[in-house]
Amino acid sequence: MTAWVLARSRFPGRSVLNAVVHLPLVLPPVVTGWLLLVLFGVRGPLGALLHDWFGIRLVFTAAGATLACAVMVFPVMVRSVRLSLESADLGLEQAARTLGAGRLDRLVNITLPLASPGIMVGAIVAFATCLGEFGAVITFAANIPGETQTLPLAIYAALQVPGGEAKAAQLSLISLTLALIGLMASEWAGRRLNTALGR
Amino acid sequence: MTLSVELHHHFSTVTIDMAFSVPNPGVTVLFGPSGSGKSTVIVAAAGLLRPDQCRIAIDGEILADTDAGIWLPPERRRVGLVFQDSRLFPHMSVTNNLMFGMRRTAERIIDFDEVVALLGISDLLARRPNTLSGGERQRVAIGRALLRQPQLLLMDEPLASLDSSRKAEILPYLARLKTMLQLPVLYVTHSLDELSQLADSIVLIDSGSVVAAGPIAEIAARADLPLAQRDDAGAVLSCRVASQYAARQLTRLTWGPAELWIPQADLPEGLDVRVRVPAREIILARTEVDSVRDAFSLHNVLPGTVRAIADDPDHRAVLVEVALAGGSVLSRVTPDAVTRLALGPGTPVLALIKSMSIEVLGGAQGSPRRPGSGGANDVRRADDLRRLRAGPRPS
Repeated sequence: MTAWVLARSRFPGRSVLNAVVHLPLVLPPVVTGWLLLVLFGVRGPLGALLHDWFGIRLVFTAAGATLACAVMVFPVMVRSVRLSLESADLGLEQAARTLGAGRLDRLVNITLPLASPGIMVGAIVAFATCLGEFGAVITFAANIPGETQTLPLAIYAALQVPGGEAKAAQLSLISLTLALIGLMASEWAGRRLNTALGR
Repeated sequence: MTLSVELHHHFSTVTIDMAFSVPNPGVTVLFGPSGSGKSTVIVAAAGLLRPDQCRIAIDGEILADTDAGIWLPPERRRVGLVFQDSRLFPHMSVTNNLMFGMRRTAERIIDFDEVVALLGISDLLARRPNTLSGGERQRVAIGRALLRQPQLLLMDEPLASLDSSRKAEILPYLARLKTMLQLPVLYVTHSLDELSQLADSIVLIDSGSVVAAGPIAEIAARADLPLAQRDDAGAVLSCRVASQYAARQLTRLTWGPAELWIPQADLPEGLDVRVRVPAREIILARTEVDSVRDAFSLHNVLPGTVRAIADDPDHRAVLVEVALAGGSVLSRVTPDAVTRLALGPGTPVLALIKSMSIEVLGGAQGSPRRPGSGGANDVRRADDLRRLRAGPRPS
């Protein structure tokens, strides 16, 4: 959605939105985590609302870790989707219009299918990146084993304990494997989808 | 029954200001140099560009009228558009491409199977656009636009991106389509071939305004239009095959009350054909010579009068429009000849037309030449195709 807006629309706040979306990419992850803490903390403006109205607490929970990951990989995702939307052929949408397809119809039947390789690749890369998220998660959701501990957090924790090298090596191997699978899957999915689209 | 278009739009380089009315049904070719505003008419009619001022009406039914605040978006107009690049959806099969517009309209005037048969694309239905040749793609694109069940068909240089042999492959399909459709068609092209074969009417456009508009027989024979200045200028005549003379290897055509003899053409008697007579091939004579047919290797001697004369400096020539019994022809002669024969408007002359110079335009209506390859299994009779004729449209 955000990618579509950024790729197609031209409005006054566009560059601001663009900057906000891309902020986590350039900001130190710890800062992102801290900002989340400020916003979504139990006493933060959004966190308080969630807590009071729905009884949801994000800080130091698995959900919080997920949120931190999502915020961190969002720009990666948006960039990838936006690139594929921008390279999509506007001529095809015009053709669809003359054939009677309205805005939503075109989005569902023309734009999204044609952008699907980019979206798929973006999603897989984002997932792989997510697994490796460290700074924002430790700041926002802490490092609670079995709850908010991501792989790198576990590796880091293992290294802090005397004799934990073996465990760290194991975990690193898992991490390496997951990253490789992620990259290969994205490559494969991209190629498969492009073939399906007749490119 | 007319299609009327009024268009006013200001671009940074050119101001479009035109108005014309053309018969419906019928193919109207918009002809003119690049950038003269032909495509603007197409995109405005499709609704893809909203001009400063625009009014389009078919038989009084208003498609767009900016002054009255009527401007339907493209998706709510029943207008079929064939682009120069076919713009097929790459992620869909040919069938789904064809059905795309059809699924989004309730009308069922033009039938799927008939369009498929007419365009010879029955073998392609399961394929993806990227596996099709340029000519096949364009045929599918034409089918897709037709199945949108349009009130108006727009074709923006549909053959321009194809090489000449592919063009020759599609032209017969278009010529056949044209006789079946009960629709107004606006067709943009630069090609005199397409113009001569397909146009019922011509709108000549230059620098955003209409230079001339009218039936092809009239416009192509006018001496004073830019069309006449082309190397390959010449009148287009609507004739009918009258009789075959196998022994003499000749075919006689009737052209209104007049007749034309051409080298024997393999066409059934009674068929309507179009022929083109290049301007440079017509000799003008003043004197009646009774024995001209016996003394010369000439079959066509037609009496008429000079209607108009125009200079053609590029060819060091003069263009003479001659009104004959069947209609007008255009003759390109030297200025010296005009002086010697003392030609002027109203002068009686004979037009001498070599039978060999008369071009029978390919894809004669109703029985197109079959392209060399493809579509061999979909030979159909004209009777079957008549059914494609649209019934009375709900207004």
